[in-house]
Amino acid sequence: MAVDVGLARLSNDLIAGGIVAYSVAFLGFALDAAFGEGFDKKASATAKLAAVPAQVPALVGASAADSLPPRTTPAPVVADVAGVVAAPASSDKFKLTRRIGALAVVCTVIGWLLEGGAILSRGLSVHRLPWGNMYEFTMALTFASVTAFLVLMTRQRARFLGVFLMAPVVLALGLAVLVLYVPAAPLMPALHSYWLAIHVTAAIVASGVFIVGTAATVMFLIADRYALASAAGKPVRFTALARMMPDRDVLDRTAYRAYAFAFPIWTFAVIAGAIWAEYAWGHYWQWDPKETWAFITWVVYAGYLHARATAGWRGRKAAYIAMLGFGTILFNFFVVNIFISGLHSYAGV
Amino acid sequence: MSDTHIDVDDNALSAEVSKLDTIPEAPDEYGTRQRVLRTPGGSALSVLRWAWYSLTSMRTALILLFLLALASVPGSILPQRGGSDPLRVSEYYATHPTLAPILDRLGLFNVFGSVWFAAIYLLLFISLAGCVLPRSRRHFKAMRQRPPAAPRNISRLPVSTSWHTDESPDDALARAHELLRSKRFRADRAASSVNAEKGHLRETGNLLFHLSLLVVLVGIAMTSVFGFTGSVLVKEHDGFTDTTIDYDSFSPGRFVNIDKLPPFSFTLNKFQATFQRGGPANGDADSFAAHVSWQPNLTAKSRDYTIEVNHPLSTQGTNVYLGGHGYAPHFIVRDGSGNTFDETVPFLPQPGTSQYNGVVKLPDAKPSQLGVTGFFLPTASKNPVTGMPTSIFPAPDNPAVVIGVFSGDLGLNNGIPQSVYTLDTSKMTRLATTTLRPGDTLTLPNGAGSVTFVGYDQWAAFNITHDPGKPVVFGAVCATVLGLVLSLAIRRRRLWVRAGRDESGRTLVEVGGLTRTDASGGFDDEFQRVVTALQAAAPPTGQESASARQA
Repeated sequence: MAVDVGLARLSNDLIAGGIVAYSVAFLGFALDAAFGEGFDKKASATAKLAAVPAQVPALVGASAADSLPPRTTPAPVVADVAGVVAAPASSDKFKLTRRIGALAVVCTVIGWLLEGGAILSRGLSVHRLPWGNMYEFTMALTFASVTAFLVLMTRQRARFLGVFLMAPVVLALGLAVLVLYVPAAPLMPALHSYWLAIHVTAAIVASGVFIVGTAATVMFLIADRYALASAAGKPVRFTALARMMPDRDVLDRTAYRAYAFAFPIWTFAVIAGAIWAEYAWGHYWQWDPKETWAFITWVVYAGYLHARATAGWRGRKAAYIAMLGFGTILFNFFVVNIFISGLHSYAGV
Repeated sequence: MSDTHIDVDDNALSAEVSKLDTIPEAPDEYGTRQRVLRTPGGSALSVLRWAWYSLTSMRTALILLFLLALASVPGSILPQRGGSDPLRVSEYYATHPTLAPILDRLGLFNVFGSVWFAAIYLLLFISLAGCVLPRSRRHFKAMRQRPPAAPRNISRLPVSTSWHTDESPDDALARAHELLRSKRFRADRAASSVNAEKGHLRETGNLLFHLSLLVVLVGIAMTSVFGFTGSVLVKEHDGFTDTTIDYDSFSPGRFVNIDKLPPFSFTLNKFQATFQRGGPANGDADSFAAHVSWQPNLTAKSRDYTIEVNHPLSTQGTNVYLGGHGYAPHFIVRDGSGNTFDETVPFLPQPGTSQYNGVVKLPDAKPSQLGVTGFFLPTASKNPVTGMPTSIFPAPDNPAVVIGVFSGDLGLNNGIPQSVYTLDTSKMTRLATTTLRPGDTLTLPNGAGSVTFVGYDQWAAFNITHDPGKPVVFGAVCATVLGLVLSLAIRRRRLWVRAGRDESGRTLVEVGGLTRTDASGGFDDEFQRVVTALQAAAPPTGQESASARQA
């Protein structure tokens, strides 16, 4: 079947629009973070495991509306999408930045819709799932990350990830469009299988969520360093950067939720790949470089999960392991696809 | 049942919390050791015990996991002997003459079959087994224990609430008990409280995951011992029978009975490859299909089947997969003494190009042996820059073969095995070189004979495997995914309800709960749902009721 050139061109236009929207969103998040009221660290700390000194009996009824457990202060652990924070009545000087923050979320959604349209039109133009080469992978990966970010914002306070997530997303899309781009084309015969939908989708979703977790981990490392240095009374650089972040326990927990969600999906992706390899090549595991690096990624994130359950390895050390895991994903995506040949060389670059 | 109050201060509370945690220094409630113990005592037994305790500690597991990941890295970067292209190892030797033997000695050209890699994963699995099996026993015992008693001060729990109600304490507690049990909590009714807990499935999932990994290892071992794998190159109109002789390469497991292989056979009738024409993917493969007629055994009727890349032939536990494909040019060679040789020889694809290289050896030619090296070009054309013949498209639109003919000693009698696909010309002289189209004949000088390029057939390579451990591995990995989801999604949580008459004489209902810190968030919602349901059963009265009804 011939490639529909009109739709392919539409896809290129839409992705350009998506990049612009994401960039504007990034700017908005950055402004909100830099000039906004910041995150009420004390209020977010009440989400930790702590003894509650006093108790308000009537809060059961009052807070049932926002489905929270009764708490002393109005806890800001509330859905963040509309940008309405149940914060204590703060001064009006932060109203503008709060609006900018809300607009940043809206721009993210717009960019998400545009990118989704780009992926859809690309897929329609080649009559197949648009996950066949590195350009399309990058689009799908960033789409998965932003989706995970948006979903996370509906379940907990996560707007703080905006700056650290949008930056790599915009960079990755820029790289995709400028360097990785290939014109729309059909797939090689080895990829003609419904396993493409299963295996590659799972890998993309898991990687996208890992990216969100990595953003939270980077923020955690910064916040942790600042907390340690200020506890020791030592001066530390980039204090403004650290002060704009929520409590490091919140960051740690957000990162953990991302990794705990993505890890089973990654496991499933590796297994689905093995099942597909069995159908296509006769062996479910041949230590092909891409398979091996997917396995290495799996082992490193398994190490992260073990570290969180091991004395002396929680916190900073576990965060380093998670960063290493992200490094293996990057290596798998760029180096293995482009420089190392194997059965998996469908980079199309 | 008597109600035991736990004297609660902050320490006891954190002890209560830490019972759900796995981070303390001492072995956790599952008996999992955290750190490697300090140096062993003097006796051999204590050294062994120290070694075993160290091996099965969490920190050792972490280290072994990292070693496993690290050890896999060279296996993916350096060419591997067991991999898809073992020739690259020889190429590596050619380009790195001093480094390559050192790497080989270290086993880096066969990482995944090497002793040290096996040592790492075997140690990891021993550590896993030594940790998980006792933990399973303890979990089994813990599952049968009842939920712990309520702390004295429920209001000090991380999530808690209380209200007054008109119901009697007994009624309130009875309804709470019923409600919690309907929500699938394990709930016990004590004298003045209901003790509930939930989430044992988390540990069950965790153990299921780790035990399934052990089963995966068993499955892999089964395949390597009872299974076999082989490959064969079959020309069009040729056949294959599943016996060890017919295979080009065959690796059986240790306990495979090579005389009792499944007796199927097939004939390759036609191989069809289609390619993209025009557009950005010009020349990319579109489809490969091997049309075969096969029979499961000698007496069965032959049936037709098409083997394609994602579509193997399955019979009697054995699968036949389509691997590579290529062309087999058909030559008729006459030697100097008038003998005729009719040869159709498979030519192998050269990666990175569209040409296929091969060799025809004629040891019976007289007066001297003849050898022909050639490369087959499916769509021949002259490279405008170099003037060399090359192929510009993988389909046979304009086939041609470029040959060099040699005469002399093929070197087949010196006792050293030779590859079928290479020609040793050290003892031969070149007679002629030319390009032939189908039907062309090259006449050799000095009456040495002639070579006619008649045409070509296609060939297909098949990978044939028998994998008895496969269903075991498949079942086990499904169990790992299930166990993983359970262990990461479910939290252990405990919930207590206490009802008693306070100083004012009214019934005070207190509800409090506790969960692991890692996965909080969902528990708050669940707690709220429990409270709401409880309040429906034992409605709050007084001022609270007004605001409660607003909600």
